[in-house]
Formats: sequence, structure tokens, C-alpha cells
Amino acid sequence: MKNWLAAHRRACTGTLARLTSAPLASLFNIAVIGTALALPLGFYVLLANLQGLARDFSPQPQLSVFLAQDAAAGDARAIEQRLKSQAGLAGFRFVPRDQALETLKSRAGLADVIAGLPNNPLPDAFVVTAAASDAAALETLRAEFAGWPRVAEVHVDSDWARRLDSLLALGRYAVLMLAAALALALVAITFNTIRLQILTQRDEIEVAKLIGATDGWIRRPFLYFGGILGAAGGAAAWLMIWIALLVFNAQLQPLAALYGIPLQLGHLTASDSLAALLFAATLGWFGAWLSVRRHLHAYNP
Amino acid sequence: MTDIVLSKVYKRYAGGHEALADVTLNIATGEMVFITGHSGAGKSTLLKLMAAIERPSAGSVIVNGQNIGALRAQGIPFLRRNFGLVFQDHKLLFDRSVFDNVMLPLDITGFDRREGAGRARAALDKVGLLHKEKAHPITLSGGEQQRLCIARAIVHRPAILLADEPTGNLDADYAAGIGDLFRDFNQVGVTVVLATHDMQLAARLQPRLIEIRGGRVVS
Repeated sequence: MKNWLAAHRRACTGTLARLTSAPLASLFNIAVIGTALALPLGFYVLLANLQGLARDFSPQPQLSVFLAQDAAAGDARAIEQRLKSQAGLAGFRFVPRDQALETLKSRAGLADVIAGLPNNPLPDAFVVTAAASDAAALETLRAEFAGWPRVAEVHVDSDWARRLDSLLALGRYAVLMLAAALALALVAITFNTIRLQILTQRDEIEVAKLIGATDGWIRRPFLYFGGILGAAGGAAAWLMIWIALLVFNAQLQPLAALYGIPLQLGHLTASDSLAALLFAATLGWFGAWLSVRRHLHAYNP
Repeated sequence: MTDIVLSKVYKRYAGGHEALADVTLNIATGEMVFITGHSGAGKSTLLKLMAAIERPSAGSVIVNGQNIGALRAQGIPFLRRNFGLVFQDHKLLFDRSVFDNVMLPLDITGFDRREGAGRARAALDKVGLLHKEKAHPITLSGGEQQRLCIARAIVHRPAILLADEPTGNLDADYAAGIGDLFRDFNQVGVTVVLATHDMQLAARLQPRLIEIRGGRVVS
């Protein structure tokens, strides 16, 4: 066990020595892998940030039921009674037309425009929260409310959030596909790097086999090399995204100040970073494994 | 006890060339054997069969009770650890020091590095190269390279030493020195099998002689 650990440690330090013995070549190799990984990872970071934003405006299953302009107070009460006995609601709130106008005045700085209006253009409305948030249930409710007397229009308020959600889902697929394509690239890069290494070390491999090295012993440094190359590439990708976010956030500052909201893109979480690093290392290892499997058979004394 | 038993061994290469035919011989533990004959007689093939570098076309090669023809690929490395191999072309690694060349067999078997360093120096001392441990093999003379190859072959204390033309390219003085090395190993119980056409060396060491001609044992 101790010998086994020592052998692994030696393979590991040997690999590091090999990486540092040709620093420029290693650096370029790592940069290529880092770039390949930075693309999907960067998109993932953007998506995660967008998702965070979308979560702040969480899609509540809400409907706005607008009454007709000329609906009387009695009509509103009749609708209220109906809503009370309606199944599948989590709650509702009545917004009288005067209150709606006041809110509009105070909120959007439209006081001047509204003051110029001859009368209140807003209808009475109910804001209804449904118990279920799926699209089908909301649509059933919308159709139901629309059929009631003196109801002019029914809006499903969470529509935009749903659209954003499905857009984000689309984005996630795009990231996945990009990641798959570039994962393949990473495997190909390590495959070829290891192939070249095997070629340059053919003498060593042949002699080692002749004096009793097992295939595992011969394979080990190459597998370590692939894994370390992948992990280093992953770290490079992380660094690239970090720098990109630094620049981007600085550019975002004036925009955020303009809107008076804190706009800052966050980096990968610690667990996501670790997962990305492990994933990159695994891919590198896999590429090396394929290469070793394919090319070591050539030397079989 | 016998280390190596060959019975009715044939070796045919692709293309029909028959390197060995009907070879039967025993080599006992602790013996010193010279396999002699002209170039191309089959000496090297015989050694390669013993070290499982080649497999017999027919017949059986048994080393330490293991039949090489039936050995699985995974078993070959462990079989080879019984041997110290000395190659005519040395097969040294020129990207590392003399010391690291000798360490290679110990690294392969997972030997403790510090303990291994002591053994490697002892092996280098034995062949008279200890003062060159930090040198690179490319800077050594032909005779020194051959001695380095011997140091690498004995560092893991193998039971059997197989050497293919170890004195092939050396002048008589050097050859005699290397012959003495083999005799020393043999005297401490190592089985030594040498393929050579150096009859001067044979006269000096008085080993058992096995002569091969045209792939057959003639004496």
C-alpha cells in the first residue's frame, strides 16, 4: 500500500516535472484547453446570473381581471362573490380604479400626463392568485373569468416570466451542446498530446517493458499527465471568466448607477467551480486513457 | 533444481524463416552457460524465448516452473522480473543520469526510493561506475555503457542473468573485465546465460557450452 502510494506520488511529481520542463509548450496547451472550456463555462455563468435575476421577479401564478369601464360598484361585488366561491384560488385582491390611478401617478412619474386626462381611463380590477401555477390551470381560470358578466379582459401576469423561463431553458440546452462539443475537443487535444508523448518516450516504454514494467505502471504517468492537463485547463478557464467578469462588471457600473439598482454578475459558486475542475480533469484523463489504449500496443516486446 | 527447460522448441517467423528447430535443453540453477554459434544461428532468438520477448511456435519453454507459451500477457512483467537482461545495444535511456538508469528496475517494482538508492550505488560500484553516477550515458565509452547496462540488469538481484553478446563491440581487455563480472555473479548463485561468439571469453570462464548451428543444438 505504501509502495503503491509512493509509486503514484512519483508518477504525479514526474508529470509535473515534465510539464515544467517545457513551460511554453505546456502553457499553450493549457491555454487551448482553457479557451475551449471558458466558452461553455462563460455562457453557463451568464445563464446563472440571468436566472438569478428572473428569480427576483418570481413568476407568481397571477391573473388580472379587468372589469368594464362602466361597471358599477354592485358589479364588482357580484364578481367578488363569485371569486369567493371559485375553486383553485390562493387569494384575490380588489384594486379600485381610483387607487390604481393613484398608484400609477406616484410610481412612474406620469403625474403630469395623468393630470391632463379628462377622466380616469382605468377600470376596476381584481388581482387573483391561483393555487396552481401550471399554464393549463391558469388558462382554464382565464377562460372562466372572461366569461363572467361585466368582465372586459383577463391577463395572465406571469406570461413574461414563463417566456423568460423557457428562453433560459433553451439557453441551458445550447450551453449543454456547446459543452459537449468542446468536451470532445478537450479529449481530442489530450489524445494527441499523449500520442506525441508516447512517441517521444518510445525508448523508455520499450526498456521498461523489457525489464518487467506492468502496463499499469507504464500507463500511469500518461494518465496523470492527461488529468493534470485537463485540470490546469479548467483552472485557466476559471481565471479567464474571472477576468472577463471583472472587466464586464466595471463596464456595468455606470449602467447600474443610471437605473439605481445593484447590477453585478457573480462568478461560479464554489461547488460549481469544483465540479468544472473535476469535469475537466476527468476529460483530460479520459483522452489520455484512450490515447494510451490506442498507442501502447505498438510496443510489445 | 532447474531454472530453464526447453523441450522440442521451434521458432518460425512470419515469412517461413525457421530460427530454431527442435531445441531441447535444461539450464540448472546456479549454472553458467554460454550459447555459442555464428551470427544468425539463433542465439538471440533463444534468449528472447527465455525472457518471453518471443513466443515459441511449437514446444515448451518453462522458466521457474512457468510455461511461457501459455503465459497471459499480464503475467509477463512478473516473469521478467526474475531476469536481468543485458543487451548488445545496451538500451540505455539517454534522457537521464547514469544513476537514474540503474534506478529504473527498482522504480518499476515499487522499491522504496531511499533503500533503492543504496542498492543502485552498490550496483554501480560493482561495475566500477560509481564515480560517474551523475553523468549522462551519452558521455560514457562503449565499455562503460555495457557496464552500466550490467549494473541495471543486476540491481534488483535477479535469479537469472541473460546477456546477448555482452562483449560484442569491446576490445579484449574490456571483455575480460566484463567476463569477470559475470563470473562473480555466478559465484554468488546467479544463473548466467550468455549468447556469444567470443571463444576467448569462454576459455577464460570455462562455462558449459551449448553450440547452435542453423537453429539446432549441435553440442
